[in-house]
Formats: sequence, C-alpha cells, structure tokens
Amino acid sequence: MAPNQNGNIVSVNEMKMYFPVTRGLLRRKVADVKAVDGVSFYIKKGETLGLVGESGSGKTTVGRCIMRLYRPTAGRIVFDGKDISKLPESQVRPVRSRMALIFQDPYGSLDPRQSAGSIVGEPLKIFNMAANKQAYKERVEELFRIVGLDPSMMDRVPHEFSGGQRQRIGVARALASKASLIICDEPVSALDVSIQAQIINLLEELQDRIGGLTYLFIAHDLAVVRHISDRIAVMYLGRIVEVTDRKNLYDNPLHPYTRALLSAIPVADPFLEEKRERVILQGEVPSPLSPPSGCNFHPRCPMAIPECKETVPPLLDKGGGHQVACIRV
Amino acid sequence: MAALLEVENLKTYFKVDHGLVKAVDGVSYYINEREIVGLVGESGCGKSVSQLSVMQLIPTPPGRIEAGKIHFEGRDLLQYEAKGPEMRSIRGAKISMVFQEPMTSLNPVLTIGRQLTESLELHLGMEPIKARERAAELLSLVAIPDGANRLDDYPHQFSGGMRQRVMIAMALSCNPRIIIADEPTTALDVTTQAQLLELMKDMVSRFNASLVIVTHNLGVVARYAQRLYVMYAGRIVESGTSKELFGNPRHPYTIALLKCVPRLDEEEGTKLVPIVGMPPNLVNMPGTCAFRPRCPYQVERCHNDPWPELRLIDGQHYVSCYVET
Ligand SMILES: Nc1ncnc2c1ncn2[C@@H]1O[C@H](COP(=O)(O)OP(=O)(O)OP(=O)(O)O)[C@@H](O)[C@H]1O
Ligand SMILES: Nc1ncnc2c1ncn2[C@@H]1O[C@H](COP(=O)(O)OP(=O)(O)OP(=O)(O)O)[C@@H](O)[C@H]1O
Ligand SMILES: [Mg+2]
Ligand SMILES: [Mg+2]
Repeated sequence: MAPNQNGNIVSVNEMKMYFPVTRGLLRRKVADVKAVDGVSFYIKKGETLGLVGESGSGKTTVGRCIMRLYRPTAGRIVFDGKDISKLPESQVRPVRSRMALIFQDPYGSLDPRQSAGSIVGEPLKIFNMAANKQAYKERVEELFRIVGLDPSMMDRVPHEFSGGQRQRIGVARALASKASLIICDEPVSALDVSIQAQIINLLEELQDRIGGLTYLFIAHDLAVVRHISDRIAVMYLGRIVEVTDRKNLYDNPLHPYTRALLSAIPVADPFLEEKRERVILQGEVPSPLSPPSGCNFHPRCPMAIPECKETVPPLLDKGGGHQVACIRV
Repeated sequence: MAALLEVENLKTYFKVDHGLVKAVDGVSYYINEREIVGLVGESGCGKSVSQLSVMQLIPTPPGRIEAGKIHFEGRDLLQYEAKGPEMRSIRGAKISMVFQEPMTSLNPVLTIGRQLTESLELHLGMEPIKARERAAELLSLVAIPDGANRLDDYPHQFSGGMRQRVMIAMALSCNPRIIIADEPTTALDVTTQAQLLELMKDMVSRFNASLVIVTHNLGVVARYAQRLYVMYAGRIVESGTSKELFGNPRHPYTIALLKCVPRLDEEEGTKLVPIVGMPPNLVNMPGTCAFRPRCPYQVERCHNDPWPELRLIDGQHYVSCYVET
C-alpha cells in the first residue's frame, strides 16, 4: 500500500491506554493505570523515531498499541493511511504482518525449543509468504545472511547462540515478513557494549539497504537513542513532553524534564563534564495510578508555577517541528 | 604521602571443573585520602572479585586469594583471617561497600531501623536508644523524607532508589575511611542514578572518606572520578588521572571501548566501531596479552612475549602495552 500524502507511515493522535485495576471476586474496577495518557506523534516513512523515558513512562505500551497487541482506550492510530485503532482482532492480522517487534531480552523472547531457522521463518508461515518449501528455505537462508549469521547454524536452538547472535535472530525474524515498520523495544539494553555497537550498526545498515524501512526505537539510554534516531520523543508518566530532531535535543532542549534527563547522563569526557550544567531532579517518578494534576511533572519541576497544577499543557510547535508541552517555555 | 589503601599484586583464582579461573591476576592500585577513584571494564573482567578480595568476602572454595598484599593503616589485611576479629572490625566499618542490587544485600525480614542500628551497636558500641536516633539522622542525611517514621518499615516498602539510599546510609553509618560502590546504580533510572551519585559524592566529602566507583559506564567515571583504572581480563591495562586517560587514551582496549559506545554529544554521522571478537573466559589463559586476539595494533612481539608490565608514559599515566599507539 502506498504511504499517504504526507509521507507518514504512522500517525498517532491523542492515544490513551488505561489498564483497569480490579479488586475482589467480582473484579470490580477500582482505578485505572494511565499507562499512556493522550499522546500524539507521527513517524515518516524511512526514518527512525526514538522514544525515551524512564521506567514505567509508557514506552512499551505505546509500541504494543501501534502493533495492536492492545486496543487503545481512546485516540486514533493511522497506519499506512488507515485508522487501525478500532479494528476487530480478525482484521488486525494483515496489518500486523507489515509491522514487527524486536524485544529487549534475546534470552526470554525466543522459544528455547524451536530451532533458529524456524524462529526466523515463522512469520513466513503465519502470513503465508512462501510459495513452497524451497522458497521458504531460501528466504530463511537469505535472512540469516542479511543479519550476519551463518545459515549453517539454522538447526541450532537459541541457547547455543551468544547474546548478540540471539538478538540477530530477533532482527532476522522481524525482517522476514518484509515489515515496513519495526518497533525496537530496548533491543540493545541487555547487551555488552561491543555487541550493542554491532546490533546498532546492523539496524542502521539495514535501513540504508532496505528502502522505506522505518523504526520506532524505544530505549532509556538517551545516548543510544540519539545515535540512531532522526527525531526523538521524550515521554514522562504517560505523556510526550517534547519531540525534536537529534541535533536540537542536545543543543536546545526546551522542556525542563528533557533538560534534567540530559544533564543526568554523564559524557565520557572529563573536560566537558567540568563545564556541564547539572540539574538534579528531586523526588521520584509518581505512580501512574494517581498521577499529579495538570502537568504531571510539576511536583519535581524547578520551573513550576501554581498554574502548572491546573492545566495539562498541550504539545505545541515552537518552530521547525520542535514540539514542547510546557506553559513555561 | 602514603596512600590510604594500597593493593599490591593481588591474585584471586577460582577452581572450576574445567580449569582455573584467574579472575584477578596481579592487580596493583592505590587510593589516596579523600579521593574518588574509578574502576572500569566490561562484564567479567574481575572488578567485583578484586573489591571483594579487599573485603575478604571471596567464597572459599571455589575461590582463593593466591597472592598479594593489601596495605591499610599500616597493616597488611591479608595477614588476617577472613572471619577473624580484625577483618570484622574493618569490614562494613572502616571499609564499607554498596552493592548493585540492594534487595539482595538488605535483609528482607528485618526492619530498616534494625539493619542500621545493628552495625552502630556492634561497631561503635552505641546504646540502642542512641543508635536509633543516629539511624534516623542517617536516613535524613541520605534524603529519605521523614526518616524517623520509616525506621520500622521493611525493605520491600521502599522503592529501588530509596533502598539504594538506605544502603548508602548503612555504608556511612560507622564513619568509614573508604566506601566501595560496586555498580551502585546500574539497575536504576538515569535521573535516580544521577541523584544517588551526587549524594555519594557529597557524603564522602562530608565524611572525609574516599570512594571507589566500580562501573562499566565510562561517563560515570569521567564525571566523578579523579583517577581511574581500566581492567581487562583480570588485569589493569591502563591507569591515570581521568584527564590523562580520556584526553589521551593509550591502551588499545581503552581506545576501542571509547569508540564503541555512543556519546550523548556526538556529531551527526558518527559510526560506532564494535570491538571484534569476545572477551576471554579467563580459564586457562595463555601468558601473553589477553587483548591481543581483538587488538588492531598487535605486532609480532604480542604473540610471544608475556603480558606487558604497566609502564609510566607521562605524569601518573601508566599503560600495559608493547605498542606505541
Ligand atoms: N498489561 C498491563 N496491565 C496493567 N498495567 C500495565 C500493563 N502494562 C503496563 N502497565 C503499567 O503501565 C505503565 C507503563 O508501562 P510500560 O511498560 O509501557 O513502561 P515503559 O516505559 O516501557 O517502562 P520500562 O522502561 O520499564 O520498560 C507502568 O506503570 C506499568 O506498570
Ligand atoms: N564464585 C565464582 N566461581 C567461579 N568463577 C567466578 C566466581 N565469581 C566470579 N567468577 C569469575 O571471575 C571473573 C570475574 O568476575 P567479576 O564478578 O569480578 O566480574 P566483574 O568485572 O565484576 O563483572 P560485572 O561487570 O559483570 O559485574 C568472571 O569470569 C567470573 O565468571
Ligand atoms: Mg518497556
Ligand atoms: Mg561486578
């Protein structure tokens, strides 16, 4: 299917995902976990959008909603020009074949009894994408080669591979269905630094090679996210507080939370570190069960004024696509 | 001026089924008074084992401290029994440790107050009532709001960041000379990590203590450590002030490490350079440089000669490599 006119492969509008908290035998609903609480963003075809935020800010939930593994509580998700947010489960599958997910944990996310070859080839079977046995085998071999694995290792099971090799299996599987959007959920967080570099390079090479391949790259390591992304969205407690390109994120962060997040990350350069501004946030991230009113960052914000308690700040364009949700900037 | 702690040629080995793991194989380093020192290296290179050796907390068997001296306050700590009274008066008191995973080092069935007062009573001989007052003070010192009222809480009632604050309070409780922080914040969110590292830095300066930060994060040591040691496969391969090391990295491993991690401030289009191959598993190691199989600078000599000694190249900057990189 052709991308829609504006070149976006996905655009998400005011999406919410609430998980009910139930109690008692009758599973009466007593509250909602507001995991995602009204987010809007788009991803252009062929680009990488980074999604950062601390644990529990809702990153994984955003990814799972786009894959329609969850049905969002509210809002629209337009994928390839079509609103998929309310599609019934029966119609979700063909959409899902054009997306794929790569997980953080190369150990836990692969079936330990399945051979590497059948893990990689599974999407071909699910979505009927191989004409016959021979075509299937050739495609799986090709996928192994694309991600830098020796096809002769196809019959081995996951525990016979190293962590980096297992993550390559995950990438090969994601490519199998010719997905145009790959949601990478912390794909390198569990890996040693030199293997992390290999996987990041692999993802970058694939994007150069496969026209239109688009990534939503989720991670909490802002340096990794900035390295691989064209644009970056920063999440805090279920909301997006800032979206900007990689250059502005470092040179001109506007939201007080983004500034704190940046300054919390040390750079391997003692000369630079001596001069860097340090904003140390007080307190901890509040629970999404009872988020603060108004701008939910206000209790920890060094710039907060009384009004911040009252209104949820809209995400506004400050020029050149640099969007910020803060009434103080 | 003599160093506060000086470790000399420490060797700690583990006997396993398939051979001998030389986890720490001839490590020497020192810590001055009121100094913050970093120890960096990838997973499995022997950072924790070297620090646990200083505390004599190595599980024996399979492990054993084979050789070395640990000079502290005019004595060699390795002359003392691990379970003897001398080590007990040093461990957790004069030298204390903060571990990566607070849930495994805090006792889940004892209240926070009890865990704090225990060492105050044991090491400082405080009366229970005084110890409880001091425990409350320590909690407020590490910025746990309303500390006095949280003494009767159990560890599971605290968040991860707060448990790590409790660990820091415990480490400070007996006015230590040295705090060893072994990956103190890796499991936590970045803003919480920053809070805790700042807290630790302030506390050691307030208590006139020294701090050893053990980590795989080069940024953390660049920000906090005055001097650092880079470890690879059980040895120190490069050491110096942070500025010497980051300004002019000389060991091929240090150079490689800096090129494979993305930097927050990097230029557009920067390519990461992965280190080829895998770290060695430390079993039955050859006597030659352990980084050689992965090293882009290797020369003939590296295949034959023993692992090079550390040599002084400038100021306080030492490197263990035959090649002029
Ligand atoms: N299926 C679920 N049922 C109930 N609550 C959930 C569910 N999934 C997520 N949550 C809650 O929603 C919030 C957001 O979770 P999510 O996993 O999206 O965060 P995240 O940003 O991916 O965090 P991390 O960095 O730890 O992976 C959390 O408070 C989490 O506990
Ligand atoms: N009890 C043990 N028995 C056998 N080998 C051990 C034992 N403890 C540690 N080792 C080995 O000693 C080596 C050094 O381990 P150590 O825990 O010091 O690494 P580290 O540098 O702290 O790594 P990390 O960054 O993962 O914490 C490793 O190869 C490890 O497998
Ligand atoms: Mg997640
Ligand atoms: Mg360790």
